[in-house]
Amino acid sequence: MTDELNSPGYDIPPEMDGQVAITTLDKVYNWSRRNSIWPMMFGLACCGIEMICAATSRFDFSRFGMEVMRPSPRQSDLMIVSGTVTKKMIPQIVRLYNQMPEPKYVLAMGACASGGGPFKEGYSVVDGVDKFIPVDVYVPGCPPTPQALLHGLITLQKKIDMQSIKNVRWYSKDPVEAIPIPVLGPDLMDPREFELIKEYSAEKQVEEGELPVVDEA
Amino acid sequence: MSEEVLVEQKSELEERFPDISRDERKGYAGFIVPPEKIVEFATGLRDEFGYDFLSSVTGVDYLPEDQMEVVYHAYKTTGGPELVYKVQVPRDNPVVPSLTPFFPGADLQEREAWDLVGIRFEGHPNLKRVLTWEGFEGHPLQKDWQEPFYEEDGKPFKSRWPGGDVIRSEDNNPFNKNVDYPEGFDPALWEPVGESAVYAGVGRLDHAVSETALSTDQIVVNLGPQHPSTHGVFRMVVRLEGETVVDLEPVMGYLHRNHEKIGERNTFLMNIPFTDRLDYFNSMSNNFGYVLAVEKLMGTKPPERAEYLRVMMAELTRIVNHLAAIGFLLNDLGAFFTPLLYAFEERELILDIFEAVSGSRMMCNYYRFAGMARDLPEGVFEQVKSFVLDRLPRKIDDLDTFLTNNEIIRARTIGIGVLTAEQAITHSAVGPVLRASGVPYDIRRADPYGIYDRFEFDVAVRYHGDIYDRYLIRLDEIRQSIRILEQVIRDMPEGPIQEGKPQYQVRVPPGEAYGRVEGPKGELGFYVVSNGKPNPWRYHVRAPSFINLTPLGVMGKNYMIADVVTILGSIDIVLGETDR
Ligand code: SF4
Repeated sequence: MTDELNSPGYDIPPEMDGQVAITTLDKVYNWSRRNSIWPMMFGLACCGIEMICAATSRFDFSRFGMEVMRPSPRQSDLMIVSGTVTKKMIPQIVRLYNQMPEPKYVLAMGACASGGGPFKEGYSVVDGVDKFIPVDVYVPGCPPTPQALLHGLITLQKKIDMQSIKNVRWYSKDPVEAIPIPVLGPDLMDPREFELIKEYSAEKQVEEGELPVVDEA
Repeated sequence: MSEEVLVEQKSELEERFPDISRDERKGYAGFIVPPEKIVEFATGLRDEFGYDFLSSVTGVDYLPEDQMEVVYHAYKTTGGPELVYKVQVPRDNPVVPSLTPFFPGADLQEREAWDLVGIRFEGHPNLKRVLTWEGFEGHPLQKDWQEPFYEEDGKPFKSRWPGGDVIRSEDNNPFNKNVDYPEGFDPALWEPVGESAVYAGVGRLDHAVSETALSTDQIVVNLGPQHPSTHGVFRMVVRLEGETVVDLEPVMGYLHRNHEKIGERNTFLMNIPFTDRLDYFNSMSNNFGYVLAVEKLMGTKPPERAEYLRVMMAELTRIVNHLAAIGFLLNDLGAFFTPLLYAFEERELILDIFEAVSGSRMMCNYYRFAGMARDLPEGVFEQVKSFVLDRLPRKIDDLDTFLTNNEIIRARTIGIGVLTAEQAITHSAVGPVLRASGVPYDIRRADPYGIYDRFEFDVAVRYHGDIYDRYLIRLDEIRQSIRILEQVIRDMPEGPIQEGKPQYQVRVPPGEAYGRVEGPKGELGFYVVSNGKPNPWRYHVRAPSFINLTPLGVMGKNYMIADVVTILGSIDIVLGETDR
């Protein structure tokens, strides 16, 4: 790792070799971030148990600097969505995501979080957490083994390596908008879609012929 | 109990309650009670006939008959098979008197039946939705209710592979996701009512306001659904006086995954992997309960070797569960992660065995109707043998030495969260929670299934009903499981593991069946109704984690808030099963 960090492609004069290290800001910055990712401590379902297993002695993700699981979103860098996301739970998940400070990442662990999984056809399951919050890494499996989760985390590290201070979201000038929190109505409602929902429901009413269409006059 | 005694007693019952009638439908059993008599019948059954434990209450929607039915399963805490009775009400006005005032254990189950099936229980003190949210449109387990991604009434769906292409359900939905809205609905006019209903629940000031010098304000605090001590997405709303809990309301449904609705669309065989995901620590014993129920309907039994394999896997699972339960309990006590690391070390070794036999660490999907999916691979038997005989007893003794006499553990758990035997029974608590309160009820002994009548073991029982006893009883049960496993290893026969040929599409004759096992968390029951089609008409899970939460209020009140967290830990819930 240090070798990689210290070889930015600049020539170091031979007399300074071994005494001075030249690197880029991006590399140092990313190197420190990628090795101290603090995940948020919350498990949603079965996958959460495999996440705990990844923290225990056999798999031990502290080897990657991730052992500091934080119960508070304010202190965490990574949200591992470990399990089925239900309609009743998604408002809380979005709120937690909004509460995490930048830089923040989301890892969708398992089939459920990625796309609904075995319960997708159910009436109260969100078919993928990415319908509401942006996801960085998807880990397939039901449940993914701890090894698979580790692989996902390493993939996230690689993603971090590729970022640059120049264009990351959290240093851009424009304010970062919080994601509107979904509302539990007769079904789950995204506040951004209120108009659409109204139109749809009105159309449905006409189709069902519940109300006479008003064009008598 | 012999057949004759049963028949005789039943007629005695009919004499005492002349209004009831036998359920004469083919494949059904039990009695049909007129709705207005149900309270009299249930309490009479308890007081005069000894059926003191109302285990399961559930609703069934019989659409073709235009009827709804509430099905009750009661049994005696002294042992014996269950007694089933039912109430039938018309579908357009399904109202049944509530049993909650007499059997508090019916509380959450009646709320569930209201929520999912739409049967109203008159006289229920708190009839709110429990798994979905207040304001949800419709009652999803009614047979004519369709979910947004509805395709067909039963699987296998014809639409799935037309010409080899998959159609994503999202593409058929105008919102491109899993939602649907009623006609004429305007979101701008919508007022969410769910949260206020929850807070109103703990708003009742039914205790005397203290008259001591300092008067304090009571505050309402939310624990969860994202909280490290709630074992998943459970939520408690507590009203505090200082640090003391004066009122507590469990809120659940944050992991409601429509297990039963999906189960009724699935074919019988397809449900086995879904049961894995109920209590995801114990997929093996979930499988066990479900296949027992369906085998009862089919009238088959697995061959000898399969019976032994079943017991072996179920007991290994119990050890896994209790180890994890102890680890998490210690987490809640503040011994963060270290005890859990020890517990998970052993768990990993058992998971290796599961992975070897089934291909998956957690979601085993290993039991089949009248058999098992496959035999033990080479070397696994020896693996089990050396693990159970040489390693495990030593490790359990280690845990015992480190934890049982630890001063802090004793101070934090002895005398806290007490549940008396009587309360445990009326609140329908099961499993370790019931037995730690001094009721030696274990289905493996009281109403043996499989081949459990062959094994020698003691039903673990403790008498104080506090957290400490609920911890000790889990150690006791691990030791008893090891005893059973020793006998399994000694007697395991050779032979086939499947009766007949393995089938993808089993034929299940019409009727109802209730299969129950003593899961690690308590009585896990599956109520299955078949109408002869490839899909079950009704598929209900009596989940121990769910019903064990009924006495949480009784256990938690008047203790400190930090104790409530531990009390919850000592019940040992798993949200996949609580919310289903
Ligand atoms: S992906 Fe599978 S294991 Fe993970 S939460 Fe969903 S059902 Fe459970």
